[in-house]
Amino acid sequence: MELILNGKKTELPDSVNTITLLINYCKLKKKVVIVELNGSIIEKNDHEGTSIEDGDQIELVHFVGGG
Amino acid sequence: MTQKGRGMVNNRYSRQELFPQIGIEGQQKIRKKHVLIIGAGALGTGSAENLVRAGIGKITIVDRDYVEYSNLQRQQLYTESDAIERIPKAVAAEKRLRNVNSEITINGLVLDVTHEELEQLVVGVDLIIDGTDNFDTRLLINDTALKFNIPWIYGACVSSYGLSYTIIPGKSPCLNCLLETVPMGGATCDTAGIISPVVQMVVAYQTTEALKLLVEDYDALRNKLVCFDLWKNEHTAIKVDGVKKSTCPSCGTNPEYPFLTYERQMKSTVLCGRNTVQIRSHQGQERDLEELATTLRRQEGTVERNPYLVSYTLSPHRLVFFKDGRVLIHGTNDITEAKTLYHRLLG
Repeated sequence: MELILNGKKTELPDSVNTITLLINYCKLKKKVVIVELNGSIIEKNDHEGTSIEDGDQIELVHFVGGG
Repeated sequence: MTQKGRGMVNNRYSRQELFPQIGIEGQQKIRKKHVLIIGAGALGTGSAENLVRAGIGKITIVDRDYVEYSNLQRQQLYTESDAIERIPKAVAAEKRLRNVNSEITINGLVLDVTHEELEQLVVGVDLIIDGTDNFDTRLLINDTALKFNIPWIYGACVSSYGLSYTIIPGKSPCLNCLLETVPMGGATCDTAGIISPVVQMVVAYQTTEALKLLVEDYDALRNKLVCFDLWKNEHTAIKVDGVKKSTCPSCGTNPEYPFLTYERQMKSTVLCGRNTVQIRSHQGQERDLEELATTLRRQEGTVERNPYLVSYTLSPHRLVFFKDGRVLIHGTNDITEAKTLYHRLLG
């Protein structure tokens, strides 16, 4: 599957087909992540049940503490 | 002529005044404003220098730590002699900032902010800038800013990644809306490293938003959560207005400001006669000891692990991390020193 992740064309295994799986795939499971899918924010409770498809535009913003 | 009046006639701010969105009128507004910067590390020193050069009327910069050699790579106000003499950051920062601009008021305070101190510090402040390195202090800033109706600008960075968001009480979602849960642990500049251009980029976002707020050009605000990775060439800005919750305990319709209450604050206690400080994080989540041990093994020092705890020795200190989130910091009776170590390793 190919999608636009944080502005870049990204090839993903077909098994990575939900927001939760994508977050795990990007090694952000332990982080607080804000997810935007095709222009809409996906609430945390909906990450598991939201599937992703070829051509989707996804932005993942994770919080860090450093400074 | 008074020292304070010189900026008007010596062209000091002429290039900024030529920028039409600021102009002479904007410069006069800037001259009357007071900005509070919490933390004088990489972000705090960057923001402070930009704002001092821009002629902000009054800057207060607060920090609990002292300068070390490992700071010099990115903390732009400090010199080798500050590190050799272990000068408190707030003192070294104030001295350098006064040399940069003697026409404004600059206060450096050596302080570990708690909610009582923060409530006093924000009196008369127009804007708070985040220069901290941990979520505990940021959530304290968040609740205090909301309670006193003061905008604040979150900024954070690690590795080659950074992000920023401007929180306007009554308008934008707050940090508590965005986070929902407090992240426990995670990468910090002391564990994952950082390159200085990332700091500069976050500082650029923070201080540009600061200038917009200080000249009251509210329509120009970004209104987006921005993040970027300079090494991976990624850049993202997303609208998060929808994340604002009317039920948020920090900014909702019936705010309780949970991080200003005793129970939610990080609790630290000196263990009498043991040369040890115990820190209990407010987060109440289980610590992942395996992940922690892996992170610490990449650092200097030695790591030992059993099923109940991780022990990390970095002379002259030994830190013992328990699953329930408690940390014992042996080798000090100084709560501030202990908290500094804790945040460096755990964020």
